[in-house]
Amino acid sequence: MKVEFLFWEGCPSYPEARELLEAVLTEHGLEQPIDVIEVLTQHDAVRLAFPGSPTIRIDGRDVDEAGALSPPSLTCRVYRLPDGRPSPVPSRQQLEEALP
Amino acid sequence: MSVIETAPAFDLPGVDRRNHSLAEYADAPVLVLVQSCNHCPYVLAWEDRINELQRQYAGQGVRIVAISSNDADAYPADSFEAMVEHAREATYVIDYLYDESQIVARALGAERTPEAFVFDADRALVYHGAVDDNRNEADVTAHYLRDAIEAALAGETPPVADTAPVGCTVKWRS
Repeated sequence: MKVEFLFWEGCPSYPEARELLEAVLTEHGLEQPIDVIEVLTQHDAVRLAFPGSPTIRIDGRDVDEAGALSPPSLTCRVYRLPDGRPSPVPSRQQLEEALP
Repeated sequence: MSVIETAPAFDLPGVDRRNHSLAEYADAPVLVLVQSCNHCPYVLAWEDRINELQRQYAGQGVRIVAISSNDADAYPADSFEAMVEHAREATYVIDYLYDESQIVARALGAERTPEAFVFDADRALVYHGAVDDNRNEADVTAHYLRDAIEAALAGETPPVADTAPVGCTVKWRS
């Protein structure tokens, strides 16, 4: 399994998202290294198809496939929690559902 | 960038398609300017609370004004027309103004969205920073903005005058 964590430092949500991702992987017994990629420029965002920070892909698949369709941009990404509230980080449920 | 000490002059178009100036709010005993935008998840998390504060304190003359200064060329979701649509969808009761030149954001010394600036009746800054201490409303323990409004209405110094705003960066034009 390949886990990618892409972030842009201009958005403050990435430490929380990475911590949540690590916790979910650990809880599921997946001692998986995370490929952490910092996106520095708009050129990088386009090259990496980065729709906002943070973006998490498991085996190449975005944990929020609808959000992955947004244009590449150095911005904070909007996730939706199970109750519909907006959030700058994905929900635990989204991460768990993305696991193989 | 340092934060402003008195309210900046402005005359900006609002989502109601009227211009709004600092002078228009002269009768408000407390004026709150909130650096904001459409696309930021932190704004989306806090905007209902900001809107609710306006409803709560409207009777006492408090005015809360959101201002978006983001570069809409780089971030089309923050265009003026998108602001009009967002304010309608989010049922804003606050004024929502477009600072296309970014002059007001620079004057305020704003860096994040959302970022609140509370001015008293003399338009002196009495609070700057976050709305409260948690983007999840159920977990809030400190109501910085509400407490600052209450203090300013009472002619007192807010218990907390400055906090670090948590949110997206203002999207400056290059």
